[in-house]
Amino acid sequence: MTGIDLPRNGRLPFLILLLMVAAVIFGPLFFRHSYDLPGELTYAPPSWSHPCGTDLDGRDLLIRILEGGRISLLVGLCGAGISLLIGTTYGLIAGSARSSIDNGMMRFVDILYSVPRLIFILIFINSFNERLQLAASAHGWNWLVGSSRLVILILSLGVIEWLTMARIVRGQTLALRERSYVAAARVLGQGYWAILWRHLLPNLAGIVLVYLTLAIPSVIIDEAFLSFLGLGVQAPQSSWGSLLAEGAASINPLRGAWWLLLFPSLALLTTLLALYNLGAALRRRLSAKSH
Amino acid sequence: MFRRLASMPIVLFCVVSITFFLIRLSPGGPFDSERKIPPAIEKQLLAKYKLDGPLVTQYTGYLSDLLHGDLRLSTKYRNRSVNEILAQTLPVTLTLGASAFLLALMIGLWIGSFAAARPGTMAEGFSLMLTLLAISLPSFVLGPLLILIFSIKLAWLPVGGWGTPEQLLLPSITLALPFAAVIARLLHDSLRETLSEDFIRTARAKGLRETRIIYGHALRVAILPVVSYLGPLAANLLTGSIVVETIFHIPGAGGFFVNSILNRDGFLLGGVVIVYCLLLMIFNLLVDLSYSFLDRRIRQ
Repeated sequence: MTGIDLPRNGRLPFLILLLMVAAVIFGPLFFRHSYDLPGELTYAPPSWSHPCGTDLDGRDLLIRILEGGRISLLVGLCGAGISLLIGTTYGLIAGSARSSIDNGMMRFVDILYSVPRLIFILIFINSFNERLQLAASAHGWNWLVGSSRLVILILSLGVIEWLTMARIVRGQTLALRERSYVAAARVLGQGYWAILWRHLLPNLAGIVLVYLTLAIPSVIIDEAFLSFLGLGVQAPQSSWGSLLAEGAASINPLRGAWWLLLFPSLALLTTLLALYNLGAALRRRLSAKSH
Repeated sequence: MFRRLASMPIVLFCVVSITFFLIRLSPGGPFDSERKIPPAIEKQLLAKYKLDGPLVTQYTGYLSDLLHGDLRLSTKYRNRSVNEILAQTLPVTLTLGASAFLLALMIGLWIGSFAAARPGTMAEGFSLMLTLLAISLPSFVLGPLLILIFSIKLAWLPVGGWGTPEQLLLPSITLALPFAAVIARLLHDSLRETLSEDFIRTARAKGLRETRIIYGHALRVAILPVVSYLGPLAANLLTGSIVVETIFHIPGAGGFFVNSILNRDGFLLGGVVIVYCLLLMIFNLLVDLSYSFLDRRIRQ
């Protein structure tokens, strides 16, 4: 229902996002062999052969941004997907349960809102990464050994970003359960789970998709935050957050390598803005429809 | 309200327990290094930092120390207690956080009411676009960019450090701006909604001036969503201050927090987290109190 008939002011952000995703997926394939290796030109300013300049090791920054974008977008998408799963389930249960249970569940969400969740996640990632790596190599899951940090990052960011989704879904469920077709289903003798699955969930799909466009940017920002501190994605892999950290470390009055800061910032900014604008456009149409 | 007060120790207890077990159950100890320490010395070290014995005894020991207000010794910064480190660094973090908080509130309320007072104009559209831009500029993007522009290219403000008012300016702006934008959007939306209600129409019919209607009547009601955002705002500011302190080389608790993770300095890490959570809980209680006060006054 959403996505195909986009509202007019959502088309440009959607197009930008498509371009960004395509560039990130296919871009590195084109010049991978010639550029990603360390080169002789260290700290070269932007030029025709290096559109975004080069870094300390002489690596081309454009390629690094595209490859970092793979990680950033992957984390954003998967993390938001997990948050959607948790948030929808939680909100659906809270919204359809008795009011005492509902109150307790929402109070829990309130408490989590005002706890510095990211700080706990930081501790969690850094204390359980090695454990996961050990377990992975013991079981012979080689794919997991190299990317255990990424997997744990995605999981834990999904685990902290579900609160808004839960609130939205719960509110919508409270409104939906008063509708006559739900009452009709109840009169016809359908059970609690059947009503949840067949009547409430399909009608929540729209609002859930809209808020997914707002959950993705928050997960991307969280990941960049962790990687900026050097506690997220680790060295051979890079994300926009770790590129930004390198850029921030390289600006000083003597040798201002401004391009190392500017281009990763622009990549992140464009993506976030496009996502927010798309989300706003979709939300505006949704509220116009329901009135 | 009493229930909230009663739930505080429970939440704090959960926070303490989760932190303790997250740290103690992770592989590797604080004294792991390239060079192997002789077992006798390691044993002594573990005893000094109360890291010996079964886990449950360690846990109960830690809890009772906490109840006496003792956050224990840091394992990295030898011979310094966590209390001492926090006493030095926390005021710095709190100053930064408080100034960013006030700044975010001031800018946010101003832009939000400015935009809501001009529905359908270019000014409204422009301000809303600006807020969207600011939300998409997290502190680790904004901070280095501001340093690049104002400290290096223009050389107006110091690059970093702590102690003078000029050194406070860029960090607080960096920390405050994205949240100012969130507040502005919250206030704008709720003001627009409030301005379409009956009591506003009555006020208009009485012939009151538009500014009087907005700031005298509508704002009182429309401020509520902003008030309930203050709790999450404080949490976000504390988290954000970690990054801002790193960017601007500010000697606050944030830097110690990051280092304590990297050094497996469990008690320092625990101390920072516990004190942060305690501060946030007290703040949230105050917000709740003021919210119910405001809400009741409106209902009357």
